[in-house]
Amino acid sequence: MRSQTYNKTMVDKIWNFFSSVKVGIWIIIVILIAAAIGTIFPQEMYIPPNVDPTTYYKEEYGTPGQIFYLLGFHNLYGSWWFLLLLAALGISLIIVSIDRGFPLYRALKYQRVTRHESFMKRQRLFAVSDSGISMDRVKRVLAKKHYKIKEDNGNILAEKNRFSRWGPYVNHAGLIIFLIGAMLRFFPGMYTDQTLWIREGETVAVPGTKTEDGQYYLKNHKFIMELYDKKDKDYSAALDKTGNPVPKNYQSNVTLYHAGPSDVVGAKPELKKERDAKIKVNEPLSFNDYSLYQVDFKLNEFHRMNLKLENKKSGKSYGEIKVNLFNPKSTYVLGNGYKVEMVEYFPNFKLDENDQPTTENSVPDNPAFVFKMFTPETPKGETAFIGIRKNVEAGDNKYKMSFSGIETKNVSALTVKKDKTLPIIIIGGIIFMLGVVQGLYWNHRRIWIQQRNGQLWIAAHTNKNWFGLKREMQNISEDSGLVMPIDQSDEKSA
Amino acid sequence: MKKKQRLVFRSILLVIVAVAVGYTLYNNVFNDKSGSVQKGDQAPDFELTDLQGNKVQLSDYKGKGVFLNFWGTWCKPCQREMPYMQKEYRNYKKQGVEILAVNVGESRVSVKNFADRFHLSFPIPLDGSREVTKAYGIGPIPTTFLVDKNGKVIEITSESLSNETIKSYMEKIKP
Repeated sequence: MRSQTYNKTMVDKIWNFFSSVKVGIWIIIVILIAAAIGTIFPQEMYIPPNVDPTTYYKEEYGTPGQIFYLLGFHNLYGSWWFLLLLAALGISLIIVSIDRGFPLYRALKYQRVTRHESFMKRQRLFAVSDSGISMDRVKRVLAKKHYKIKEDNGNILAEKNRFSRWGPYVNHAGLIIFLIGAMLRFFPGMYTDQTLWIREGETVAVPGTKTEDGQYYLKNHKFIMELYDKKDKDYSAALDKTGNPVPKNYQSNVTLYHAGPSDVVGAKPELKKERDAKIKVNEPLSFNDYSLYQVDFKLNEFHRMNLKLENKKSGKSYGEIKVNLFNPKSTYVLGNGYKVEMVEYFPNFKLDENDQPTTENSVPDNPAFVFKMFTPETPKGETAFIGIRKNVEAGDNKYKMSFSGIETKNVSALTVKKDKTLPIIIIGGIIFMLGVVQGLYWNHRRIWIQQRNGQLWIAAHTNKNWFGLKREMQNISEDSGLVMPIDQSDEKSA
Repeated sequence: MKKKQRLVFRSILLVIVAVAVGYTLYNNVFNDKSGSVQKGDQAPDFELTDLQGNKVQLSDYKGKGVFLNFWGTWCKPCQREMPYMQKEYRNYKKQGVEILAVNVGESRVSVKNFADRFHLSFPIPLDGSREVTKAYGIGPIPTTFLVDKNGKVIEITSESLSNETIKSYMEKIKP
C-alpha cells in the first residue's frame, strides 16, 4: 500500500518521506553523530562564566573550536538545527506509527481462519500429516497453553499474545510524549535553571522568578558547613582511613521574601516576608513551582578589615578603623584630631604590566589601600600603602596603620529550578519502557490447522523467538498427538 | 472520498506539528537570552544612585539620547574609552545627549578615585547589587547601549570604543 505512487500533493510527498523507516533511522543516526560531536569540546555552560564564548572557543581550541562554535555545537540542545532534527524524529515516529500501526491492527483483527494453501506452505514451521487425531483434544491442549481459538469449517486458528505486536507503537507514543515534554521546556514559564551566589547578610532578587505579580527575593543569614567529628567513635576509624575531613552537612539559613511588581530595576523594593528556611543538600526550599538547591559555597571571603592607627616609635594606638571591603568609607574620623582618609582602594590588588597598582576585579580577595593619616602632630598628613604582607611608606613617617583583625563571611551558591515538564517526561519515559517490555517479553504466536483433501496441514508463526515456539510446538504435539511441524529454514540450509 | 479524507487528516497533523515546532524555535532563537535587552527593545527603566548621591532614573532622560555604558575600574578596555567619552560628553551634552556610565558592583571609594583621576563629569550610577547589570543581560564589559530619545535601544556593542566611534554614536542618538 505504502509503496504505491500517488504523489500528487506536497502534503503526501512530505508524508511519504517521513513514512520511510529508512529515513527515520537516518535521522536517529544524524542525531547520534551530532550529540557525539557536541562532546568534543565543552558545552557553553561548562566554560568559565566570565569569558566571552565568541572568542573562547577559537582561542582555546583553534579553528576546530571556532567551527564548533559557529555551527552551534557549543549549545547543542539549544541550537535550532538540533531542535529541528528532534522535531523530524518526532514527525517520523508519528507518521511511521500511523502508517504501520493501523493497517497492522486491521489486518490482525480481520484475519481469516482458513488461509490459502500457499500461505500455509510459506510458513517457516510447516507439516502435513494424516488426519485422524481428535481435534477436541488438540483444542484442549492449545487452550491450556493460553491460545485463543477461532474455528471455521473445522479449521483452526490458535493465537496468543497479540498485544505484544503493539509494543513498538506504545514505545513510539512514549517517545513522542517525551519529546513533547522536552519541547515544552522552551515555552515561557515552564522551565528555569539558574545559579545564584549570595553572601551572608545579603538580600538579592532570585533570578528567573520575575512574573507579572512581582519577584522573589532571598536573604542569606548564614552558611554552615559541618564536618564529621573525629572523636565520634562511630566514625573515627573510617575518618582515620581517609585522612581528610569529611563534610556532613552544607546548609544555608535563609529568608524568602516577595515584592510586588515594579517597572523600575534597581529601585528598593518593598519586601514582604514569606518564610524562613534551611536549605540543605537534597532538601531544597520549594515555593510556587520553584526549588532552591544548595550547590556550592565559598568559605571565609574577606568582608571587613580592621586597622589601627599607631605611633611608630611608642607603638601607642589612637583608635581602630573597620573597613567594609565591599563599601569602604572615604574618611574615618577617630576623634581628638586623628583621622584616616582612604586615597585608593584595590579590592584584588595586583601590579599591571607597567608596575602600577591596580585591581584584578571587584572581589576583595587581596585587598590593598592607600591611606592618608592625619594627627595633631602631622596635620598635613602622611601617606602609606597597606596590603597583605606589603607595606610601603615614606621612611620618615611618624605614624603607621597596622592590621588588627579581619572578619570573613561565607558565600552560598544555590540553583533556582523550576521544571513543569518533568511529570510529562517521566510519564513519557514510563510508557516508553512499558512498550519495550510489551514487545520484548511476549511473542505473538499463531498456529493454523487445516483439513485439506483428507490430510491435516499445520503451520505456525511467531514474530520473534522461534526457538520458544518450536519448544511449545514440541509440547503440544506430545500432548495432542499432532505432528511436529518442520522448520523449513533448517531444511533449506541443510 | 477516502483519499480526500486522508489528505485532510495528513494536512491537519502536519500543520499541528509545524506550528508546535515553529513556536518552540521562535522561543528558543528569538527569546534565547531570556531577560536580556536586545536591539530594538525598549530600554528597561532603572533607578540607581550616582557617585554624588543623586538619584538617577533612566526614564527622566526621555527626549534625550542616552549613551548607556556599563564598566568597571579594573577593566582596561573600559579605562581606554573613558577619556573619549568625557571629551564627547562635553561636545554633545548641549545637543541633548547624556552619558550614563553604570559601574558594575564596585565600591564608591574605588569609583570616585577613578573618576577623579580621569576627570569624569558625567553621572556614574553605582550598581552595587548588579541588579541593573543582570536585567540588561551584560556579559563582558564594557558594554554600551545607545538609547534614542524615545527610550528605544538602537545599538549594542561590547567593544572598547574609539573616539571616532563614540562621536558617530553620539550623532546617531542626537535628538
